[in-house]
Amino acid sequence: MTATLGRPARAVAAPAPAARMRSSAAITTDLGADGRTRLVRLRSEAPQVLRPARPGPAPPLAACPPAAAHVWLTAGAAGPVGGDRLTFQIDVGAGSALLLTQVAATLLLPAVDGALSRTEVRITVAEGGTLIWMPEPIIVASGADHVTDVQVELAADARFVLREEVLLGRHGETGGQIEQRLQVSRAGRPCYRQDLALGTPDAATPAISGAHRASGSLLVLDPGQAQPPGVRLPGLAAVLALAGGGSAVTALAADNLALRRHLDAALRALTGTPTEATTRRTP
Amino acid sequence: MANLAALLLLADSRLPAGGYAHSGGLEAAVAAGLVDDVASLEHFLAGRAATVGLLGAAVAAAACRVTAAPQGHRAAFTALDDALDARTPSPAQRNTSRQLGRQLVRVLGQVAPDPRLGELAGQPHHAVALGAGAAVLGLDARAAAYAYLHESVAGPAAAAIRLLALDPFATHAALARLRARLDRLASRADEYGAGTVADLPAPAAPLLDVYAEAHAARTSRLFAS
Repeated sequence: MTATLGRPARAVAAPAPAARMRSSAAITTDLGADGRTRLVRLRSEAPQVLRPARPGPAPPLAACPPAAAHVWLTAGAAGPVGGDRLTFQIDVGAGSALLLTQVAATLLLPAVDGALSRTEVRITVAEGGTLIWMPEPIIVASGADHVTDVQVELAADARFVLREEVLLGRHGETGGQIEQRLQVSRAGRPCYRQDLALGTPDAATPAISGAHRASGSLLVLDPGQAQPPGVRLPGLAAVLALAGGGSAVTALAADNLALRRHLDAALRALTGTPTEATTRRTP
Repeated sequence: MANLAALLLLADSRLPAGGYAHSGGLEAAVAAGLVDDVASLEHFLAGRAATVGLLGAAVAAAACRVTAAPQGHRAAFTALDDALDARTPSPAQRNTSRQLGRQLVRVLGQVAPDPRLGELAGQPHHAVALGAGAAVLGLDARAAAYAYLHESVAGPAAAAIRLLALDPFATHAALARLRARLDRLASRADEYGAGTVADLPAPAAPLLDVYAEAHAARTSRLFAS
């Protein structure tokens, strides 16, 4: 049903169970009596391994409340590889705040039989909650074929920040293909939906991504924040004021470093966050 | 196909609905150096048809169906306008779409007066107005999808002749090569139009978003979008 950009719709192959990886991870937070966020559930399953950050000052993200919990996503195994199916459930309880970062980039690899790999993320952020998710880039190796499906349900006053970066191919390699589906609803009403297919013949046209290997976006949905004044970014990047409030940044670049510069500049402009806060640090 | 004259009327670039003033992001693509000849224009048009073309055609097909229904027009039009808002992150593109929608409703008010057109929002999205217009002209949802898809590529192609001084024959040959693709997209749009609003597609086109914003900020330009 949701195949886009002329890509034929494919059923997810039903492979031999032993040959495929199934991984299910989950995080649940709530607000403790001391006013700090508690991690009430942290479920890891390779390759999605979750580790709470060492206690210490919260990262200097302007959008991140000081009482936030900080969790690192680390890779407990290679992949996902074609045929794998990963699910990730994130539930941010009322009044709590979660910063989720990643240790290293995700490398998507093809299956020998060309099967699709799939990541499904389901997120809820309750009243007064905040989720800031800053994953590292997804690298789509040659021949890989992946779908990421992210569905987010926000309470009326919940805050949500998400960065997504895709790099087609490892160094000097033609990449595979990926479709990133993202839909967000607020108080039960759909407010944002984009399905981005990259690495397909259509995507390489000068209407979608052209010859750019790196593409990324930043979604900043904060009902408490006034719409920022027109922010102009250099290069092939734009800050888009969304119809339902909040901003989306879209950027294309030749490589990942240039892409991250665009997105960091946008994050600074939209939330006042120092650049170094979004770059990778070891947990 | 029945009512072929109505479809030709609706899809005619000479319909005074303002479409001729828009390049659909092509002027900015040319300024960025990403479209500079017939081959790159053809790629641009293919990508445009598969993204904003498919989405608009699906919404036009859905709007045509709800207009043909006996009641509930206003709520259904609002739901489709909201769905397009959620699927169109670029404010410049939303503005253009609503301007074109308003102009089309004004034209339709004289071309095909019908009380159902009064149920449209004051500034409906172009695809919603086009679908409603198709219905009041007696066209079906597939025809509405075709009309939207045709305009999504024919407008920028005509603009290309002025922007790049391309050979009009070669430019139209590029359009002609897109026929089979438009046929496939019209079928898909028709299917989406028969489904629920929540299942409407949302094909992203990051470069079109970037072009739309860059173009809206430019002071000297030939086309409005």
